[in-house]
Amino acid sequence: MTTGEKFAQMFIAIALFFGVVAVILLLTQRLRSRRGELIQSAAFVLPAILLICIGLLYPALSTIKQSFGNAAGTENVGFENYKHIFTDEALVRVLLNTAAWVVIVPTASTVIGLVYAVLIDRSRFEKFAKALIFLPMAISLVGASIIWKFVYEYQSTENAQTGIANAVLKFFGFDTYRFLLNQPWNTLFLIVIMIWVQAGFAMTLLSASIKAIPDDIVEAARLDGVGGFKLFRYITVPSIRPSLIVVLTTISITTLKAFDIVRTTTGGNFDTSVLAYEFYVQSFRSFDQGLGAALAVLIFILVLPIVIYNVRQMRKLEAR
Amino acid sequence: MTTTGAQEISVQEAYEQEPVASSARRALSSPWASLAAIVIAVLWTIPTIGLFITSFRPAADIADSGWWTVFTNPSFTLDNYDEVLNGDTALSTYFVNSIVITIPSVLIPVSIAVMAAYAFAWMKFPGRDLIFVGVFALQIVPIQVTMIPLLSLYVDRGLAGGDAPGGGFYTVWLSHSMFALPLAIYLMHNFMRQVPGELVESARVDGAGHVQIFSRIMLPLMVPAIAAFAIFQFLWVWNDLLVALVFAGGNPDVSPLTVRLAELSGTRGQAWYLLSAGAFVSLVVPLIVFLSLQRYFVRGLLAGSVKG
Amino acid sequence: MRSRNTRRGAAAAAVLLSAGLVLAGCGGDDDEGGSAGGTSPGEGKAECKDLTQFGDLSGKEVSLYTSIVAPEDKPYKDSFKLFEDCTGASVAYEGSKEFEAQLVVRVKSGNPPDVAFIPQPGLLQTLVKDTGKVVEAPQSVSDNVDEFYGEDWKKYGTVDGTFYAPPLTANVKSFVWYSPKMFQENGWDIPTTWDDMLALSDKIAATGIKPWCAGIESGEATGWPATDWLEDVLLRTAGADVYDQWVAHEIPFNDPAVVEGLDTVGNILKNDKYVNGGIGDVKSIATEPFQEAGYPIADGECAMHRQASFYAANWKEKDPNLEIGEDKDVFAFYLPPIGEEFGNPVLGGGEFVAAFSDAPEVQAFQTYISGGEWVNEKGKATPNGGFVSANKNLDIANVASPIDKLSTEILQDPDATFRFDGSDLMPGAVGAGSFWKEMTAWIAEDQSTQDTLDNIESSWP
Repeated sequence: MTTGEKFAQMFIAIALFFGVVAVILLLTQRLRSRRGELIQSAAFVLPAILLICIGLLYPALSTIKQSFGNAAGTENVGFENYKHIFTDEALVRVLLNTAAWVVIVPTASTVIGLVYAVLIDRSRFEKFAKALIFLPMAISLVGASIIWKFVYEYQSTENAQTGIANAVLKFFGFDTYRFLLNQPWNTLFLIVIMIWVQAGFAMTLLSASIKAIPDDIVEAARLDGVGGFKLFRYITVPSIRPSLIVVLTTISITTLKAFDIVRTTTGGNFDTSVLAYEFYVQSFRSFDQGLGAALAVLIFILVLPIVIYNVRQMRKLEAR
Repeated sequence: MTTTGAQEISVQEAYEQEPVASSARRALSSPWASLAAIVIAVLWTIPTIGLFITSFRPAADIADSGWWTVFTNPSFTLDNYDEVLNGDTALSTYFVNSIVITIPSVLIPVSIAVMAAYAFAWMKFPGRDLIFVGVFALQIVPIQVTMIPLLSLYVDRGLAGGDAPGGGFYTVWLSHSMFALPLAIYLMHNFMRQVPGELVESARVDGAGHVQIFSRIMLPLMVPAIAAFAIFQFLWVWNDLLVALVFAGGNPDVSPLTVRLAELSGTRGQAWYLLSAGAFVSLVVPLIVFLSLQRYFVRGLLAGSVKG
Repeated sequence: MRSRNTRRGAAAAAVLLSAGLVLAGCGGDDDEGGSAGGTSPGEGKAECKDLTQFGDLSGKEVSLYTSIVAPEDKPYKDSFKLFEDCTGASVAYEGSKEFEAQLVVRVKSGNPPDVAFIPQPGLLQTLVKDTGKVVEAPQSVSDNVDEFYGEDWKKYGTVDGTFYAPPLTANVKSFVWYSPKMFQENGWDIPTTWDDMLALSDKIAATGIKPWCAGIESGEATGWPATDWLEDVLLRTAGADVYDQWVAHEIPFNDPAVVEGLDTVGNILKNDKYVNGGIGDVKSIATEPFQEAGYPIADGECAMHRQASFYAANWKEKDPNLEIGEDKDVFAFYLPPIGEEFGNPVLGGGEFVAAFSDAPEVQAFQTYISGGEWVNEKGKATPNGGFVSANKNLDIANVASPIDKLSTEILQDPDATFRFDGSDLMPGAVGAGSFWKEMTAWIAEDQSTQDTLDNIESSWP
């Protein structure tokens, strides 16, 4: 295919897509009756529902089915895979690590993103300062793994250092430290990488929400003599509460699914493995389809508390 | 940025209208606040600077000494970039493929998601909340579990494989769109809900239908939110390796940049010098997109709304 | 693809409108086995004599999926030229570093390549048993392997008595890299027995240099170089027969013989006086990338590094000016025997050619690549080294680099006992799972030899 053909194809696809959307909107525009509104709603949501059902729901259901099958997926083994998971001693460690990830990454990324967003808001360097924090999100995984290799790399104290973290330690007269190997802190150092990536996401969304807080609310508060940290605590944070929940939720789910950092830094060794990485290993390295699927289902189950929390928040919002 | 610089800023801002964040920022208190911002910015940037410097260092130096030694002992080369850009395989084709893959993979899911989010936020239909929760919960499905079922489906329908229409672009677009939807709908829904209900109600009273409200009121209000999400989706698609590997049907003719960059180090090598240069080559486009879209949402997600 | 231009618009509409995947499939492209008929373009040419039986394959394409990526893929593509000239078919090459996972995904999804180069017999077994999509090798391929390879090699491509995949390349793992110049300057001799090697290590350690350097970090495959160590030593302390039983799990993984073998490895790898030259202490082995682990030799900070023949390519990455050869900057000596009884077996690895289609062009390709011509074509196409094969027809003159020549001689030696890398033969849960992981813990966490082997034993499916 030539470059011209590729672009032509792209434009045809986009034009067709928007053409179809426009037709849907035009056709349903005039509908007013109750049934009409139903059809309208369908026109708005069905494309999304259809794609999600094919792309995510169907694979998720077949994963649940596979989790009751054997390694090759040829026969049903009941709850054998789940039994295996819960009798595996190593898995306790994995679950603890996963918990550490899911608790620390969203909280730290959100706090850092929020504080930074407030600090640089409307400063002269705002755009530049935002770009700096945003940068890690834009770097590919390959790039990020090299970046952190040059941070955590270990050489014994007497040798020349190639990792900056150890170079700093050496500079201050400490012994160099095995960031990726010494337990249990190595998990924390891997978590740092994820925070580094996700803070940009939190910062971008929260900064935008902060700017949406109406000025008169602030004015009123100020007239009442509220200022400083209190303003941040009692006005800013409550005003962007929905966005905070969205950001925390999104990062939690991303973290629960993330395995690339573990994969490229430690390969799950030195007690750093997380659930998503175990799922990956069983499914695509050991080729144990059943066990891999069961681990994936465990991840699905772990997201439930987050879903329930969100539902309750939505209810509260509706009730207001 | 220095402390003096930060003081200048607060002086300058005293003249501006005082929005909540800036006064909170002033409140969180001057030198310490500035220091905190600077510390975060520096900590966040140092690792990347390390990579940037590394990408200009000769291969042998990279293995022997830290990148910061260039400040005392400068030694730079452009060979790494030369090899990445003009090596055995030209990068230009992959660049084109990345662009062709990314643009529809951003436009399509964002459009579908905005419509769906509007319906979930402002339309009434049976099972609305239940479906929304389901959509939102499906964010948890890792792409890895979709690979075999979805690819089988494509193969059965003749959409994947050597005979795929469009050489595999359609399946990549479609897959990226599917995977993006739950998060996109969830985020957009959050922003849609923040639009004051009276706005929608009064428009309804004036006789406007949902299509008019959606296209005349919501879309303009949503521009910053759409821009924000579009940037993220752009980054994710641009940096994606997995979806391209699985769903592009194994055709090098449609493989994006990431596929090529992943192979820079050779079969068993490491080639940090090439990988670091490659990482920056691939970073250029997302950075341009971020900087150019930034102005759309830097004034706030709901800027211009009549809220309050 | 040009001819499908008109269909594209319609397809786009279908895809985007419905997203319901309503396009009709257009499968059924598999021809029957045997000849495609017609006159082969290679008719009458001597080098094509094995391929003319497949008839005229002009316009056919063989899709090939491998783990070998640029720049190593070029010699392969070049070596297929003869096949393309002889048959008229073309080869569509695709390499990926995610090959192993992606191959399984593609095969299970019904979208397999025509041919794949599989680096582990264990993966071949998984594919055959779990998917049933691998096609039995035709007679012409089987005959080729009987003629050009030792019996062992045919066994690795055989699953449950059916022969599927002929061997492709090979590598020799029983090598210790060293610096001939360094040895010469210090008056050190290349050790010919294990005891000599330990004596030399002590001697070097006394000069203040740690004699050995090692690294087993390899991303998600971290630990594999340590498994090679154990396998190499086990062949020497317990012999090839015990090794075979161990690999096949006829004796437990933690058999006393294996304990002895791993302790022997530990005498070097977990000996603070011996490791880790130029890098750190014993634990640093676990985090040192295997690609860089030998580099201290070039800097004079380490004397010996046990690694396979393919490590030659990594030296070039350290410094393009490093020369590899018997009296040059770096070279390798054969890992010496431990005692007379079991002599000096060779540990090695290799790749195998599995087919997922029985179309004539695919069978022709498999025949070509398992025959006597291809290895020499490949040798000639690889002037910078990095190609070894166990094919007896490989003319040593066509092998470029000194380390490849040495490896080829070892593989072609009819008296040598060759054994395949055991972790590649074991089930994935062990060979690409617990074996790597536990060996890493053995080094990084100073886990005892017994615990290490017990853990692996208990993970055997």
